[in-house]
Amino acid sequence: MQSVFEIAFARLRQEKATRLHRLRLRIGALAGVVPEALEFAFDALKEHTPAAGASLDVEYVPVRFYCSTCALEFGGDDVAELCPRCGSPNADVRQGRELDVVSLEVSREE
Amino acid sequence: MASAPDRWIVEVDKAILGHNARFAERNRVRFKEANVLVLNIVSSPGSGKTTLLERTLTDLRDQLRIGVHVGDVRTDNDARRLSGKGAPVVQIVTGGTCHLEASMVAQALEKFELDGLDLLIVENVGNLVCTASFDLGEDLRVVLLSVTEGEDKPQKYPAIFRNAHVVLISKMDIAEAVNADMELLRANVQAAAPQAAVLEVSARSGAGMKEWYNLLLTARRASANREVSREGGT
Repeated sequence: MQSVFEIAFARLRQEKATRLHRLRLRIGALAGVVPEALEFAFDALKEHTPAAGASLDVEYVPVRFYCSTCALEFGGDDVAELCPRCGSPNADVRQGRELDVVSLEVSREE
Repeated sequence: MASAPDRWIVEVDKAILGHNARFAERNRVRFKEANVLVLNIVSSPGSGKTTLLERTLTDLRDQLRIGVHVGDVRTDNDARRLSGKGAPVVQIVTGGTCHLEASMVAQALEKFELDGLDLLIVENVGNLVCTASFDLGEDLRVVLLSVTEGEDKPQKYPAIFRNAHVVLISKMDIAEAVNADMELLRANVQAAAPQAAVLEVSARSGAGMKEWYNLLLTARRASANREVSREGGT
């Protein structure tokens, strides 16, 4: 979570903004992040910083696989899934590994 | 007195690199600058990593300059076993952590010179779970799986097998003695690690070791050539 704040505050400085009101993250299901832990850490670390009082929006992205054998795209819960159509184990992860800071809502308030 | 404060949205779209990932990237840069090929060897405890390395260091002594980092929770027994074979060896004692992290490898790099080495082999702590989540900055992830561990081992630990460049099936010399179903094991390894180069070896009998050495020599040549061509370009 410290890295998240580092990225946010660096951008804040770049924008010559003084306060962060809202932080939007994109977290893939495979990123191994526990939502409660993320939210707790955000609330704990934002105190006494330009992000005090800010809210956190998280876009959770489900895992999507692409089977290169039969060209099927499918969803899943696990780190490695068999293609539901042809049973091939060679599916690539197309989506679900994200761990990104998407956007910030900022201002020049005191 | 002032109007409602102006707020605006800043699009960032930037990946969050965790603590370990940052160290791993820094390690990667150091390894590239020193032109060293780096291996991360993982397995369950007792699969034969150290024995494989004892033999590898001895046999390749005159062909490759190798350095070793050995990770263990406690003792420096493995570093002692590997010393005296012509390769500098550093023991990393984690004291409790069940896997090596990139920062530990970075610290161990202070202990001997990378320059002049062809290969740095990192023998990870015996563990097939957590080791999958910690990039050390290596080029090749080698998973060792011995014939005594059960044919369905690869299906039980999908993450580490999915990320392996090489799978070494070890202790082939006792496969028959433990009634290992080799066809089933091979099929399961193929299913869990379709992307990997799979070799069957015995450090004790020497079976398959020549193929393992050829793989190392080939990988080393390829990485060294990459460096040369990079410098040769604009």
